[in-house]
Amino acid sequence: MKPEILLGDEAVALGAIQAGLSAGYSYPGTPASEIMEYLIKAATKTKAFVASWSVNEKVAYEEALGVSFAGKRALVSMKHVGLNVAADPFMNSALTNAHGGLVVVPADDPGMHSSQNEQDSRFYADFANIPCFEPSNHQEAYEMTRQAFDVSEKFGVPVMIRLVTRLSHSRSTVRPREPRGQNELKHGASQDWTLLPVNARRRFRAVLDNQAAMVRLSEESEFNSLRLNDKDRSLGVIASGIAFNYVQENLRDLENPPSVLKVCTYPLPGKLIRGLVEHVDNVLVVEEGYPLIERSLRGLFGIAGKTVKGKLSGDIPLTGELSPETVRPALGLKPLESLDLGGFKLAARPPQLCVGCPHADTFQALNKALKEYHQGNVFSDIGCYTLGAYPPYQAVQTCVCMGASVSMAKGGAEAGIHPSIAVIGDSTFGHSGLTPLLEAAAADTNMTVFILDNGTVAMTGGQPSYASGERLLRMIEGLGVVKEHIRVIEPLPKNLDKNAQVIKEEIDHHGLSVIVAVRECLEEAKKRRRGG
Amino acid sequence: MKQDIILAGVGGQGIISIAYVIASAALEEGLEVKQAEVHGMSQRGGAVQSHLRLSQAHIWSDLIPRGEADLVLSVEPLEALRYLDYLRPDGMIIASRAPFVNIQDYPDVETLLNRIRKIPRHLIIDSEKLAKEAGSSRTQNMVMLGAAAGRLIVREENLTRFIKVLFERHGETIVASNLKAFALGQAVAAAADFVPASGAREGKGGG
Repeated sequence: MKPEILLGDEAVALGAIQAGLSAGYSYPGTPASEIMEYLIKAATKTKAFVASWSVNEKVAYEEALGVSFAGKRALVSMKHVGLNVAADPFMNSALTNAHGGLVVVPADDPGMHSSQNEQDSRFYADFANIPCFEPSNHQEAYEMTRQAFDVSEKFGVPVMIRLVTRLSHSRSTVRPREPRGQNELKHGASQDWTLLPVNARRRFRAVLDNQAAMVRLSEESEFNSLRLNDKDRSLGVIASGIAFNYVQENLRDLENPPSVLKVCTYPLPGKLIRGLVEHVDNVLVVEEGYPLIERSLRGLFGIAGKTVKGKLSGDIPLTGELSPETVRPALGLKPLESLDLGGFKLAARPPQLCVGCPHADTFQALNKALKEYHQGNVFSDIGCYTLGAYPPYQAVQTCVCMGASVSMAKGGAEAGIHPSIAVIGDSTFGHSGLTPLLEAAAADTNMTVFILDNGTVAMTGGQPSYASGERLLRMIEGLGVVKEHIRVIEPLPKNLDKNAQVIKEEIDHHGLSVIVAVRECLEEAKKRRRGG
Repeated sequence: MKQDIILAGVGGQGIISIAYVIASAALEEGLEVKQAEVHGMSQRGGAVQSHLRLSQAHIWSDLIPRGEADLVLSVEPLEALRYLDYLRPDGMIIASRAPFVNIQDYPDVETLLNRIRKIPRHLIIDSEKLAKEAGSSRTQNMVMLGAAAGRLIVREENLTRFIKVLFERHGETIVASNLKAFALGQAVAAAADFVPASGAREGKGGG
């Protein structure tokens, strides 16, 4: 088949389609969004499988699990922190004997380009005792995804493909192979899927009994390779995923290249690692993310007679994203010569709200209203409006995780903060805002919740939102919020005074208020006008 | 044969479109391609860059190593300087002189341009003026691509071919203005009589 230029995300999506995917689910999140974008585009064209955005990652995961129960192949993708949201079904699905291949694809964000942390999803795979593939390039992303479905069906467990930003959002050539068909409908067996203690104990045992076979598979994987240098045994490098590329990139500058073990499958291929470690005096571990391999290798006491270098030893930076140059010093190389600014200071250009963004008008009205109060706080959520933290608005004081604005505002109010204000977007409200608002309505907590309804998931490129428009208003009322204290404003410059007045009235109301700021996202309006 | 290019600008200026055109041309010519880009939060009006690597041999890293880039091509003068430490000592910088001011502490433009002029191999292009001449201020990215075209290792006819592919769905007028923008950039760069090793001169459209 013809080679194609694809994003790493798209290579995974194509691999899944050609492995006989029946359904894919996801919630938008950088850097994973383009997996589902690609699946939806393909599914719209062929109508051969289901691809849809879910209301959150937990729901997405459970939908995929239902597909696997039905004996068909399913993929669920999300940004790394999305797997936290789906951690409950994820951990338990390791015990449910997936007989339709179930592949979970978290995309990690080392360096936090668009995220609140840089957690490493490989630890989740280890925690759940399931295999994990970590592609180093686009072709591997494609091949590994195809293989992951087979491994899932072989062991009856979900299998993880761990992506990172630099692979997700880099384009390169993929040579696809012949596609295969989907599985037939085949119902799961209740003794495998009903995790009552009696069944769960048996299933957990079965998963543990399979660990040795998973290690063997990893040791025989074509995605790992060991290259020993017999002439110089001073250094051996273990490099995983895209970190392998950064090592390779630098090798031509070394007269005496080290022995190199490429590790792209988990559980760790013990035999290969032993083969390298026994061959060399010192080991350097280079991995993107947390030091998982390095920690396993060191154990508590290290390896007698050898040094293990890596992130824990300080030879490789413990935080941030790796690059060819961060790896050089650990290989004994000097930085390459380059031009530099020589003291010339450059102004930073952080991301910001678009000119004319409805959120900007909401923040202006909110800031105006809040001038009369002194001890208040605004708890924000995750979305474009988090950029309200930057000047000129500096309107919010927190951003932690999806839905936390509403729950934190409730906790803050109960601790004595007034005004205690939550700011959450329509899609984030649908994702994780309903349950805390239900609680706040039941308690009639003295707080004010802003739901910024721009009708889309704007930050990630304009995916559809479930909790928007009339439906959103009915949802808020249905949760038990008193109707007189559900106020709708239109965030426009001309409404500034009027909106600030509404906000003041609701802050002064002793009890729960919800203010819905309704105005379409500018970017989406532009797209709609262009007809795309 | 290889070429490592940093494309720079502000979110929304069409960096990814430049990358798409060069990468597609390179693939057409049988080269290996890797192109790392920025999506998500940082692209909202923030500084964005794309690492574009073309080579006859296998490419390992998606990121260009610092000190390896042959060219920084920037649609914006402040952003042109942001990635200077990626440029090899004999590397080239091709920058627009049109500032994109969306921050309070945006520096004096002449100061920025003077700093760019200190780089041995530089070319400054008035992409704003040329884009308007082409019929749309949104074509500044194609002006800059045109200005770089003569220094890329891919053929210029393949670049124009993929400009057509890229803008096809937006209709003939948009295709035409982008092709014109490309041609204007090309002409100005050619007229600049850009001498790589001994003291660069600036494009007549800029300066």
